[in-house]
Amino acid sequence: MKLTVSSSPHQRVTRDTSDVMRLVIMAMIPGMLVQTYYFGWGMLIQAFIAVVSAVVMEGIVLYLRKRQIERTLTDYSAVLTALLLAISIPSTLPWWMTVVGVFFAIVVTKQLYGGLGFNIFNPAMVGYVVLLISFPAAMSVWLPPSTMASVAPSLLDSVSLIFTGFTSSGYDVVQLRTIADGVTMATPLDTLKTDLTQGVTYSESLARPIFNGSLFSSAGAGWGYMSMAYLLGGLWLIRLKVISWHIPISLLLSVFAIASFLHLMNADYYGSPIFHLLNGAVIVGAFFIATDPVSASTTAKGRVIFGAAIGFWIVIIRTFGGYPDAVAFAVIIMNMAVPLIDYYTRPRTYGHSAMKQRKR
Amino acid sequence: MTYPSFEKIIDTLDAGKQFSFPGGVHPDDKKSLSNVSPIKTPSLPQLITLPLRQHVGSEGACCVNVGEYVYKGQVLSQATTPYSVPIHAPTSGEVVAIAPHVVAHPSGLTEMCITIKPDGKDTWGVLTSMQDYTAHSKDRIIDAICQAGISGMGGAGFPTHIKASGSKPVEFLILNGIECEPYITSDDRLMRECAWQIRQGLDILDFLIAPKAIIIAIEDNKPEALKALDIACQDKEKYRRVSVETKYPAGGEKQLIQVLTNREVPRNGLPIDVGVLMFNVGTCYAIADAILHGKPLIERIVTVTGEAVDEPCNFKALLGTPVRHLLKEAKYNANKQDAPKVIMGGPMMGFTLADASIPVVKTTNCLLVPASNELTDGDNERACIRCSACADACPASLLPQQLFWHAKASEYDKAEDYNLFDCIECGACAYVCPSEIPLVHYYRQAKSEIRLQRDEKNKAEKAKQRFEARNARLEQEKRDREEKHRKAKEARLAAANGENNAPTVSSADSGTKDKVAAALARAKAKKAALNASPDAPSSNTTGDASAPSDVKEQANQSSTDAPVIDKKAQVAAAIARAKAKKAANANQTAATQPSSDTSPSTNESMGSIEDDKKAKVAAAIARAKAKKAAVADATTPQEQQPVAPKSGEMPDDKKARVAAAVAKAKAKKAAQRDAASENNGEHANSQSAASDKDAQKQARIAAAVAKAKAKKQQRDVAAPQESEAQQHQASSDSNPEDEKKARIAAAVAKAKAKKAQQQKSDQS
Repeated sequence: MKLTVSSSPHQRVTRDTSDVMRLVIMAMIPGMLVQTYYFGWGMLIQAFIAVVSAVVMEGIVLYLRKRQIERTLTDYSAVLTALLLAISIPSTLPWWMTVVGVFFAIVVTKQLYGGLGFNIFNPAMVGYVVLLISFPAAMSVWLPPSTMASVAPSLLDSVSLIFTGFTSSGYDVVQLRTIADGVTMATPLDTLKTDLTQGVTYSESLARPIFNGSLFSSAGAGWGYMSMAYLLGGLWLIRLKVISWHIPISLLLSVFAIASFLHLMNADYYGSPIFHLLNGAVIVGAFFIATDPVSASTTAKGRVIFGAAIGFWIVIIRTFGGYPDAVAFAVIIMNMAVPLIDYYTRPRTYGHSAMKQRKR
Repeated sequence: MTYPSFEKIIDTLDAGKQFSFPGGVHPDDKKSLSNVSPIKTPSLPQLITLPLRQHVGSEGACCVNVGEYVYKGQVLSQATTPYSVPIHAPTSGEVVAIAPHVVAHPSGLTEMCITIKPDGKDTWGVLTSMQDYTAHSKDRIIDAICQAGISGMGGAGFPTHIKASGSKPVEFLILNGIECEPYITSDDRLMRECAWQIRQGLDILDFLIAPKAIIIAIEDNKPEALKALDIACQDKEKYRRVSVETKYPAGGEKQLIQVLTNREVPRNGLPIDVGVLMFNVGTCYAIADAILHGKPLIERIVTVTGEAVDEPCNFKALLGTPVRHLLKEAKYNANKQDAPKVIMGGPMMGFTLADASIPVVKTTNCLLVPASNELTDGDNERACIRCSACADACPASLLPQQLFWHAKASEYDKAEDYNLFDCIECGACAYVCPSEIPLVHYYRQAKSEIRLQRDEKNKAEKAKQRFEARNARLEQEKRDREEKHRKAKEARLAAANGENNAPTVSSADSGTKDKVAAALARAKAKKAALNASPDAPSSNTTGDASAPSDVKEQANQSSTDAPVIDKKAQVAAAIARAKAKKAANANQTAATQPSSDTSPSTNESMGSIEDDKKAKVAAAIARAKAKKAAVADATTPQEQQPVAPKSGEMPDDKKARVAAAVAKAKAKKAAQRDAASENNGEHANSQSAASDKDAQKQARIAAAVAKAKAKKQQRDVAAPQESEAQQHQASSDSNPEDEKKARIAAAVAKAKAKKAQQQKSDQS
């Protein structure tokens, strides 16, 4: 009897890489639904554009690199990256800008660095930052939440807007941003940033229409609920052990702690911790972006440091920097620090004394 | 690293709490497949194949012959080293073969095995039990355990008597009934059915080791086993039963120690270093068998399980039973497997067998025969996504993913830096890896590669040390030589200044006299060399520490005695050269044909008597021959090279003398080199040569030789190098500027010759 020989262990968990990616995508669904509800069909169209271009581009690069195309594409990592980029960009962004963002995410950041597992930076965030730096105007055009918009674009309008710049009835983006009483709508973070430069205090800024009828009064209308929906998905991922708690929790705590500190120092000038947590991309960043395993720290201690540092940079850049939001910058900054963090946070191996470890 | 005190640990355990180890996984344990039915006894197999080595350590020496009839329990091999244990015949029958056979090893290795054809009678040999073991000395009990062939039955198979005979104090004796691997139920069934005997074994260990506390650790997925041991040990308060949280690999020795005591076995250390000794329940059972019933270890419980066998269960299998036989007993269904596959051990750490004829050994706890899709053993390796699931699962707190990167990139130094060798190969990392990377496989490869490199490095290091030592030695010799030259020169200058005192002064006046003296000295030296070995036994005892000065005196004496006539001297020189040649030739041709080369050289020396010129020619020839001999003896080439060109530059009359001296030195060197391997031929040669010589002179020289010898003996170890160094001395000394040098050279040569001969005889 000829027996087959293989190496132990002969048993493994059935959850493979593509399962992990699919679970993350599924966890994004509640957030995406809420986002669509508040900000229109645009986001879904962006997601479609991003996913298609990501898959096509990755396929081409894999072909050029002579890698297994089908097996790699079915790991769903490109799809996930495209979706993360799509939910980060304004829903009205011209289609070709989205494609450029995807190109930088998938081709430059991921495949040119060696493909999945070898990229140092978070691909979606690099794509986002490239767009933000290249097209700052287009990237800061966020439609008002549907609850307060004067004209809510339909699905067709959104398609038309993204591909031509105008809705079918001839409105352009600037007109769409104008709410009922003729005021141009900005994101909550934008609103505060602009107000503060004009001598308006934080509490006065909270009286703006964007903060009307929203969660905890300091979250922008729609933004708060959107964040809560993503939080739900994120907690589900932790529960499934798809992601570990280290990065999200340390990131959120860090944002909370630093924002609290600043807010207590000067409540007129610095936003409250709730304001920072629920506005912008902090929740999405904490659970879906910073937890990208490839570009995050790998040790338990390292992940705590990594998350906390991202939280730190988010608040600091939001408060003192030129951009209203800073999740992408914070993540990319900390991606660079990952090798260092990993090296100095190696766990003490069984049977080794802590002293020896330090000496080595 | 924490180190809780004994009291704290006991308090924690008594409070029903435990510690934990980091990581770990929870695979589906699948134990219900085989743990519901009682242990069965399979039928006798047709052949029993017993590997001589079934444990960690060295194999014993086989003490039966092919064709011999053996009784059940009869010793088949004897322990040859402390780390080996004997093996015993599992049943009565005839030894039909003692030959290499495939054994239970991941690589399908063959090892020496004894094959027994059972006669079906199962007749026991004589058994001697020690029911009253408490009346015996501990050494006797430990010896009985060793003689019963007991080695650890849980995993690696460490000889039990070594573990039990340590002298360090033991705080915790842990009985390992964890059995954390999925599927395996052999310990579970044993504990359920034989709890009392396990307890008896524990009593013996308690008596032997006298630990402060005894802990019986059983995973909480085996409540029946725990209950059975609870009942068996209810009268002993000392025997604490601890139900350990089910988590793989809690049964690993280091992990279980951590769970129970929160102590960590130091790197490169043993459990005893943290006051712990651990025994498997199967081992404990076997100890009771050996001491109370006198039964050696000839059978063990083996779980045969997996969905490809129709009746998974536990067997009390004789060691040496072929796997095939047990599979048949458990109703192996080949249709359930796409490709036949048998795992020895569990699904996490077991290894696949290469052949179904592989026998059950002392460490075989399970045979797992999975159906086609039963085990999710994907080989669909993808790129690592750095998810760190492996690091979260690692019980040793390693970073498996970093280890993997470095192992894959062959950066072994970095892999070692990440503590590759602390990996216990439990497989938890590979189990959780979403990219299905066979991590443990990479680690094993890296480990063996590193071990290989270490071996090679050690070898290279040794070669380097040898080379450096040699260079240092050559350097030292060179320096010594230069120093001697300097001293000799000073001595000569001093002698030239204070002419009247020295006995050599008178002869230094005339060139002819000098020549004669030198020649005589050489002849004497030669003689001394030839006589040395026959004289050796009698003169060995006349040791004299002041030998060097005596030798000098001797030389001086001979040179003053010498001046008779020109011709005589020449004759002597020629004879000396001939002798030198003879010695060289004898060495060259080895003991088998000592005389073949002597006749031509004798002819040459006869012819050379006629005049000066001839002598020179002869000397040159002798030199060449000697050199050849030396080369043939594989001396280092550098040692001869300087000599030839130098002597070539000499004025003619000096040349002859120089040549003679060199030839002598060479011959001696050759003789000395060969001495170790070819003593007999050498002896014969020198004895025959000795008979040619003048008896009077012989006696005197012999005395000097004896003295030199005695001195030499004192520096036995340094001798080879020293004499070599002086060989150099001899050859360079023969570059005289004036005629006095010749005498000095002769004296030195003589001393040398003596030394060389003496060394030879020492060696012989």
